[in-house]
Amino acid sequence: MTIDPVNFAAILAMGALTYFTRILGFLIADRLPKSGPVRVALDALPPAVLVAVIAPIVMSGPIEAAAGLVVLLLALRLPLIATVAIGVAVAALLRFAFL
Amino acid sequence: MTTPLADFRAGLVAVFPTVAAAVPFALILGQQATAKGLTPAEMLAMSSIVFAGSSQLIAVGLWSTPAPVAALALMAFLVNLRHTLMGASLSGKIAHFGRLRWVAAFLLTDEAWALSERRALDRPISRTFYFTVALTMFFFWQTASVLGTVFGAYLEHPEAWGLDFAFPAIFIALALGFWKGARRTGPVLVASAVVAVAVHATVPGAWYVIAGAIAGISAAVITAPRERPAKALAGETTR
Repeated sequence: MTIDPVNFAAILAMGALTYFTRILGFLIADRLPKSGPVRVALDALPPAVLVAVIAPIVMSGPIEAAAGLVVLLLALRLPLIATVAIGVAVAALLRFAFL
Repeated sequence: MTTPLADFRAGLVAVFPTVAAAVPFALILGQQATAKGLTPAEMLAMSSIVFAGSSQLIAVGLWSTPAPVAALALMAFLVNLRHTLMGASLSGKIAHFGRLRWVAAFLLTDEAWALSERRALDRPISRTFYFTVALTMFFFWQTASVLGTVFGAYLEHPEAWGLDFAFPAIFIALALGFWKGARRTGPVLVASAVVAVAVHATVPGAWYVIAGAIAGISAAVITAPRERPAKALAGETTR
């Protein structure tokens, strides 16, 4: 159970810069106008970020695309946990069958 | 109005799938850290101080002895820069947290952010809800990454079990909640998806999230109806 000083320095530096990315958004938002185009942009941010994270994963192969489509359809009807469980099972089965 | 107990329960229910998705990756993180010579105490320190999954996995991949401090720190900054966009969006919705907002920022993860934004569509985000979600993730991430330094070797190929698909599945399901009709949300989704995929394919690193998000919000601003208060208000009710 030891901590190497250089490793700890790296961890602290990573942590400090990561915390900076986390508070930077708050600091910026406090100074932004609450109406007009900025408001439109902030309202659109959640779906824009979610889709930017998802799209390259879903487009990385036919199995991911198929499993993504299944999840999309299930999510319209089922609660989150059931959707995710079935999505994971579909991805696993497709990979088992085709890889 | 919701009570703290109800918010606590809602937080636990909301966070459960994301915990189930994160734990296998924390185990693998711990296992890979051990392979690079990091000790369980160092793993605990990293998961507590950095607490950002993808940057930690990349960091462990880059790790050598002595640790390349500057490269690791710069990588963590670039990979986690997406938190700035998330924070900008979340900021006004948790303004009532007061000073606890700076603690909330420390615990901000993709998962806690996405669940809170989804919650904010229906009702205000309470402190109880946010910290139930965020602290539960924190607890399980630390515990599982340290356990991974001991047991991670048993979980060598998470893709074979489809476990890597849990995270995108959660995000797809949450993204549906932000649909406000093809006219308003369509351009955002198309611009974000096209740019994210293009940048992901051509630019190394995590820039694709930032690029896609900026394309998406630009599309929203460009296609927004001209500033006429009555019209803007009519649009709001379609939520």
